[in-house]
Amino acid sequence: MLKKTRMLAAVAAVAGFALAGSYAVAEPADDDLVIDGTMKMTVRAKPPEGHPLDEVRSGWLYRTEETRALEEDTFQNPGMLYVERGEEIWNTADGKAGKSCASCHGEAAASMKGVGASFPKWDADAKRPINIELRINKCRQENMQAEPYKFDHADQKALTTYIKHQSLGMPVSVDLSQGDMQSWWEKGKETYYTRTGQLNLSCASCHELNNGKYIRADHLSQGNVNGFPTYRLKQANMVSLHNRFRGCIRDTRAEYPKAFTDVLMALEVYVTWRGTGLSVETPAVRQ
Amino acid sequence: MFLTRVVFAAALLLVGASSVQAMDLSPDAVKIEDDAIEVSLTGKEGDPAAGRKYFANRKLGNCLACHANKEMSEHLFHGEVGPPLDGVAERYTPEELRAIVVNSKAVFGPETVMPGFYSLDVGKDVRKDLVGKTILTAEEVESIVAYLVTLK
Ligand code: HEC
Ligand code: HEC
Repeated sequence: MLKKTRMLAAVAAVAGFALAGSYAVAEPADDDLVIDGTMKMTVRAKPPEGHPLDEVRSGWLYRTEETRALEEDTFQNPGMLYVERGEEIWNTADGKAGKSCASCHGEAAASMKGVGASFPKWDADAKRPINIELRINKCRQENMQAEPYKFDHADQKALTTYIKHQSLGMPVSVDLSQGDMQSWWEKGKETYYTRTGQLNLSCASCHELNNGKYIRADHLSQGNVNGFPTYRLKQANMVSLHNRFRGCIRDTRAEYPKAFTDVLMALEVYVTWRGTGLSVETPAVRQ
Repeated sequence: MFLTRVVFAAALLLVGASSVQAMDLSPDAVKIEDDAIEVSLTGKEGDPAAGRKYFANRKLGNCLACHANKEMSEHLFHGEVGPPLDGVAERYTPEELRAIVVNSKAVFGPETVMPGFYSLDVGKDVRKDLVGKTILTAEEVESIVAYLVTLK
């Protein structure tokens, strides 16, 4: 029953978007995101030093009123289904060691609080930054003796969503002083400004120079990552961050990198930094 | 018998295609001088009615993605990334419009967001099946230019 109501709300929102888009105003909304009337999210933040924009803004501000409303209400947010599914996985033993996440980490509400706000993090073993998805795979292989999830496996998305949700409302903050994080940030920055594909566009072409404007029916945001994995109404599913990156690169008519490769991990470090200070919104709702 | 017909038809198609392309200026041979291209890329005049369709088509010009155009009010969504194109033929000559569509970067500078529609000066990692190809054909460019000329 619960599930059905949420799905219906999502369908209604999609229909609403098509109508609202044509006469919506271009500027980001002048609105506050307060979840369930009690939890105020930071959707506008002062940029970190060296940031090219005057204000860091959540993608929530660029969505229609109907889409924004879905994220304001935990009961209506279709992404909350995946949080529930993630909790089940958290507590279910898997792999030869017969352990679940909970066997080692206990209550996620306590042990995972803040984790989603501070990743990607330097991994000394791998000598590269890793994100939540890769951290989960590391635990599965090393501590559970289970197979790593394949990219975008439904359980990978649900568990990542559940873990990030434990940091709901906390400000995004990556620690660039660990390991070689700074040079990965540089590499990510280079990718951000590199034009790709037959259309010859970079991330900056759309999200830095033109955020706030419509590109056909899509209202361009700053392309921040604080809501990932996000529930996308268009796909009626959770969308992981690397899936989104690949989609944006593909749209320039370019070959796009595989998930979790060095190029995309560096991009994740850099783009996460661009959203410094915004609240973790997972699961955010987008069009 | 059937086979012969197919082969014959295919041969005709090939002849047809190559004879059209033989007339076209290749992207490398196009000269932009004083922000203008003097000669038609096909040696012929474009068809404004066809150009109007290419302009809106998401797989071809997709110009509406970035430009609003009052003359196309039947389309619901017009982008805002570039300036509205109402009255654009009063601001530019047909030769200048051709240069803008062929390679906007040669006109507005390398920083512009507008793609070059008949240029091989493109971004990194171009999709494999598109390497060496332009976004639009010479005929499509000429027809879009012919349509832009009507926007007065
Ligand atoms: C041709 C335009 C275009 C380019 C180039 C582009 N994007 Fe996007 N991007 C979009 C659109 C349209 C959306 C959906 C609307 C929005 O959220 O901005 C989007 C959404 C996103 C989102 C989701 C934002 C949210 O709040 O959920 C992220 C993250 C993102 N892009 C990152 C990138 C990165 C990184 C690059 C470069 C590798 C890039 N984009 C290149 C058009 C583009
Ligand atoms: C991804 C965005 C984008 C697309 C797609 C695009 N343009 Fe543009 N266009 C621009 C921008 C941005 C400018 C402004 C030039 C500048 O200052 O960079 C521009 C400028 C122009 C101008 C000059 C307008 C003026 O008043 O100065 C014309 C004409 C034009 N574009 C035609 C087209 C046509 C025709 C198409 C499709 C075949 C097209 N554009 C597709 C972004 C785009």
